[in-house]
Amino acid sequence: MQFEDFFSVVRQRLGSDKSDESSKKKTDIPAGLLFKCPRCRNVTFIEEFNQNGKVCPTCNYHSRLTARERLKITVDDGSFREFDRKMISKNPIDFPGYEGKQQQLREKTGLNDAVLTGRAKIRGMDLVIIVMDSNFMMASMGSVVGERITRAIEYATAHSLPVVAFTASGGARMQEGIVSLMQMAKTSGAVARHNEAGGLYISVMTDPTTGGVTASFASLGDIIIAEPKVLIGFAGRRVIEGTIKQKLPDDFQSAEFMLENGFVDMIVERSKMRRVLAHLLKLHKQPEVKEVAENE
Amino acid sequence: MNEQLSASRRLDIIRHKGRPTALDYIPMIFDEFWEMHGDRLCGDDRAIIGGVASFHGTPVTVIAEVKGRDLEENQKCNFGMPHPEGYRKALRLARQAEKFHRPIICLVDTPGAYPGVEAEKRGQGEAIARNIMEFMTLKTPVISIILGEGGSGGALALAVCDELAMLENALYSVISPMGFASILWKDASREREACDIMKITAEDLMKLKVCDHIIPEADGGAHNDPNQTAENISSFISESLQNLQIKFQKGLDEMINSRYNKFRVVGDFDEFPHSHTETDEQ
Repeated sequence: MQFEDFFSVVRQRLGSDKSDESSKKKTDIPAGLLFKCPRCRNVTFIEEFNQNGKVCPTCNYHSRLTARERLKITVDDGSFREFDRKMISKNPIDFPGYEGKQQQLREKTGLNDAVLTGRAKIRGMDLVIIVMDSNFMMASMGSVVGERITRAIEYATAHSLPVVAFTASGGARMQEGIVSLMQMAKTSGAVARHNEAGGLYISVMTDPTTGGVTASFASLGDIIIAEPKVLIGFAGRRVIEGTIKQKLPDDFQSAEFMLENGFVDMIVERSKMRRVLAHLLKLHKQPEVKEVAENE
Repeated sequence: MNEQLSASRRLDIIRHKGRPTALDYIPMIFDEFWEMHGDRLCGDDRAIIGGVASFHGTPVTVIAEVKGRDLEENQKCNFGMPHPEGYRKALRLARQAEKFHRPIICLVDTPGAYPGVEAEKRGQGEAIARNIMEFMTLKTPVISIILGEGGSGGALALAVCDELAMLENALYSVISPMGFASILWKDASREREACDIMKITAEDLMKLKVCDHIIPEADGGAHNDPNQTAENISSFISESLQNLQIKFQKGLDEMINSRYNKFRVVGDFDEFPHSHTETDEQ
């Protein structure tokens, strides 16, 4: 019986597993010249791929964006005000080398941890936005990710604002042990309160949304949107293959798989995402509800 | 108590063939237990059982993850690894408990939620997420007790509670030690080493403010005297129910707030001054 990594880092076909054959091949391609799609395995010139919004021109796989890139194409120019910018994780279980690894990644990515949160506007409408960034430890959820997300949702509840969360994560952050598991409860609790207060929460699942993030706030949106072809699932693919002793079909745990099984409301292309969010936010604007309440 | 025992030594104890499971404890702890089946959506998962019980005359709802004691039982209960319908049954019974103002007692014992094709199709992630969220605001007291293995989200789905207790040798972790070793060191055989650095014993989790209470086991492990261990669990439940009833009478909101805060405070981070800058400046 193998339970290995079922709650955790996804490093298989779309991921960064160094021991994985396909990604070994990927690293053989000169960096910065070509993009090899992890879904259809077709190769595109990086320039063409970038011009296409980091979407595979062959199969429409929506590749990963940095949190900054995501904000740029999502919110009104200059409207983003970041929360809790200077929060950094400690080492709750004294995991060897954890501080050093974080420091390295902070320098490399310019991020303090795997999420940006803040207040922003989409077509003039206020919202709280949460964007995860898979370049920082595969956006696994530890203390900082959990705390920033929780605070952002609490802020939205206190200010009657909608929340839009772009999720991407390998799952719980192993290096923080049980403390990372508790972040699932913390973030889901914040969603529960926002929900009870009548707030709108839209979850947008991007590549990859897995493990403890799928099993907490990512799956709790009033509306759940996914980008085409992205990986969404709970257990790691290799773990499941180990359990059933056979290969899984390519589209297993894709956005389309989730839509078909009833766990995603809609699949929206990147180029239309901002427009769709704006329409949904407009349809959920609060003032009318308040007026009715006052008239009664 | 065996405070000196290492986590890997405890792993041996909780894997002992004779270690009592929820199936052993339920008849020893409760005067009556009426099992209820099914999630009303799709099926009945045998890895989680639940129903109405009487604890010293007080009606309670019991929800328990079940590990088998032999191969036949294990085939039935899938080695204690629930499918989504198990978690959905748990939620249905929790809502029923809330309706009839019964406290909920969850017995947790699982290596983790089942990693399978059908489980994914039926939304394992969503089922766990939903339980975590809904248990957070349930309007009735919830006590969770980790009997043996508390494996990641599969355990947390029944461990969002007002009071969390662990049996003395129980382990509660973000992932199984084998999984931890295989992810971080790409070597599943380093399980015992992983076990000892993960901080997953009851004492570790008391320090990390995740566990509230340690229930002593019989000398050398629960298997040496299941009755004694069951008695210890019973006295914890009595005490805890009394405490929670008092809290409950003070006000529902206060109880639910303190449940929220129990999880809210867990996290280990540094903040430089004025970190909340942007919004504070507004």
